[in-house]
Amino acid sequence: MLKQCEGSHAVAEAVALCRPEVICAYPISPQTHIVEGLGEMVKGGELKDCEFINVESEFAAMSVAIGSSAAGARTYTATASQGLLFMAEAVYNASGLGLPIVMTVANRAIGAPINIWNDHTDALSQRDAGWLQIFAENNQEAVDLHIQAFRLAEELSLPVMVCMDGFILTHAYERVDIPSQEQVDAYLPPYEPRQVLDPQAPVSIGAMVGPEAFMEVRYLAHAKQMQALERIPEYAAEFKAVFGRDSGGLCHTYQAEGADTLIVAMGSVLGTIKDVVDEMREAGHKIGVLGITLFRPFPIKQVRDALHRAKRVVVLEKSLAVGLGGIVSTNVRMALSALPIDVYTVVAGLGGRAITKRSLHALFRKAEKDDIDAVSFLDLNHALVDKHLAREKAHRRSGPVAEALLREVGTVAAKIA
Amino acid sequence: MSHQPVKFYQTGTFTVGNRLLAPEERSVQASAKRFNSINSGHRACQGCGEALGARYAIDAAMEASHGQLVCANATGCLEVFSTPYPETSWQLPWIHSLFGNAAAVATGIAAAMKVKSIKAGKGPVPATRVVAQGGDGGTTDIGFGCLSGMFERNDDVLYICYDNGGYMNTGVQRSSATPPAARTATTMAVGPEPGNVFGQGKFVPAIAVAHEIPYVATATVADLRDLEAKVKKAMTIRGARYIHILVPCPLGWGAASHETIKLARLAKETGVFPVFEAEHGEITGSLKIRRKLPVEEYLRPQKRYAHLFGKQPRVEVIARLQALADRNVKKYGLLDGGTL
Repeated sequence: MLKQCEGSHAVAEAVALCRPEVICAYPISPQTHIVEGLGEMVKGGELKDCEFINVESEFAAMSVAIGSSAAGARTYTATASQGLLFMAEAVYNASGLGLPIVMTVANRAIGAPINIWNDHTDALSQRDAGWLQIFAENNQEAVDLHIQAFRLAEELSLPVMVCMDGFILTHAYERVDIPSQEQVDAYLPPYEPRQVLDPQAPVSIGAMVGPEAFMEVRYLAHAKQMQALERIPEYAAEFKAVFGRDSGGLCHTYQAEGADTLIVAMGSVLGTIKDVVDEMREAGHKIGVLGITLFRPFPIKQVRDALHRAKRVVVLEKSLAVGLGGIVSTNVRMALSALPIDVYTVVAGLGGRAITKRSLHALFRKAEKDDIDAVSFLDLNHALVDKHLAREKAHRRSGPVAEALLREVGTVAAKIA
Repeated sequence: MSHQPVKFYQTGTFTVGNRLLAPEERSVQASAKRFNSINSGHRACQGCGEALGARYAIDAAMEASHGQLVCANATGCLEVFSTPYPETSWQLPWIHSLFGNAAAVATGIAAAMKVKSIKAGKGPVPATRVVAQGGDGGTTDIGFGCLSGMFERNDDVLYICYDNGGYMNTGVQRSSATPPAARTATTMAVGPEPGNVFGQGKFVPAIAVAHEIPYVATATVADLRDLEAKVKKAMTIRGARYIHILVPCPLGWGAASHETIKLARLAKETGVFPVFEAEHGEITGSLKIRRKLPVEEYLRPQKRYAHLFGKQPRVEVIARLQALADRNVKKYGLLDGGTL
């Protein structure tokens, strides 16, 4: 059913259609509207046979999810930012135990300095935690990916993180097609766990494993993730058969035919990038896009196939590997190893910094001339940074960095370059 | 509570005898039909109080739930000695997730069992019960947030803490349940104030009572019939329940293996460890001290207090420990004529 609604609300409806049995949540922006919606549905009786648990921390949220999933219940939670880091120990545990929990991450920056706005630092910090990580480009895709996520998670007995940009998607009102219960039921069979805490057939789950088998257990976690690379296109195809639209998959090209320059990105910024690329194509530029939907497992072969004819690749990413440069771009470089293609890392949009068409036009035109650094920062205020570095040189007690910078900027507001 | 029921003792002795009891009152462990929930062959130290406590507690919970029981276990000695794959001592469905989350994992299991019961048309009160267990580190320190959350939500979980007063699994470090003056690897018996400091630590049973949950009890492995009775009582109640069991650790306490039960009894008889019950925030009774003994009787056999009994005994420290025990006696009414 088509409706105009908030991204969070659409996701809440999609999750409810998946008939979750246990939902646990701890409030953190910008994820809150999703679990508020689900909480209301459970309390109002709209979502039946489901327990909604208000826990005392994200660590508890993931721990409750571990318990309920191990007891055979379809389990969902959502978090963001600091919350994801606070539950990190349990995030690894859930995947190590092979529990098919589905979790929305409403992507948000990590402090300090505390910042509630969007970037991908939170989810990417957990890239090696053993969860599948899928990034939604828009709210329709966020809805669809959640339905696919339960199918994937339960088939593979692995947890799945559905990532959607905080505020940009979670709080945006868009036209979304909410599927019917019959469609979702046809696509998503009831959960049949591979392992379950059942008094009729007692098992011990989560005991210690020593050097004699730990490598093999971890290898299997890797091997199972790699299986997902084959299953995801299948599930996306089945999804299209039931719901009548393309959603999900591994990665997607746009205007890539004959492109010398390919822009790689994840999430909602792809919309802006595609608009810019359309305009540049009209002006005769050989430029295209590769959107990565699946970040873990990383579709190395598909990314290589999509990019190998380009002269250069610009990875625009909302994350920063401090001391190295990019995270997504490091993965892309691995996919392109031994190919004579320049890969540029452009860190952009950290902490909600707007990524505008104007900035992208300028960036892409410079990139076409190979006139950008291997690692660069979109719309970074170099004067501000240089001034602070000089201040630190002049004064031992230069004070909190963030405060000094904000005093210079003089505004408390979203900055648009 | 106005009277002290003598549950199990023969007059004038500490001997526990089933033959004096009606069949329905006999101990779970005395029955050939006991569940052996934690089987023999595990790797606990000789004289381990925790293994003993777990055996009695979980078997009693298994009997009370007719074998419909799931257990969530915190990281710690109990987890390690009972399970390295491919072996497991547990004869019931058992999960170990992390050190600090046993209570929350149990909450999740209980929620799943409730939904499954509803879906099976058996109503919102599931037949399958949930117990969480951990040591004092996993309970009073790293798992305390999850424990308090489970309490305040009144989740249908029985949490059992086996308190041996320290992190014995990692080599006897101090926890918030380590008693004052006790030597641990991180509160060494050196300097002007050897051992653990006074004025720190927390008594989680009292904090559990403050949550006003339906049932809180303490017990020791010296009074195993009392422990069984408390577990069985806890299993008749729905909602959050907490049982805190004092379990001597021969390794950490520096005590002989055969003195585990004796030390547990001395902890109770000196007033060092109050054995009581509470319901919905009100203390309802305590196990009375039979023959009040000075704390020295309890301290002296333990090497963790050896620095108090050197050439120059630390009488002032022993006096402070005696004062803490006397305070327990008064606060929990451990002698007839107490405040309760």
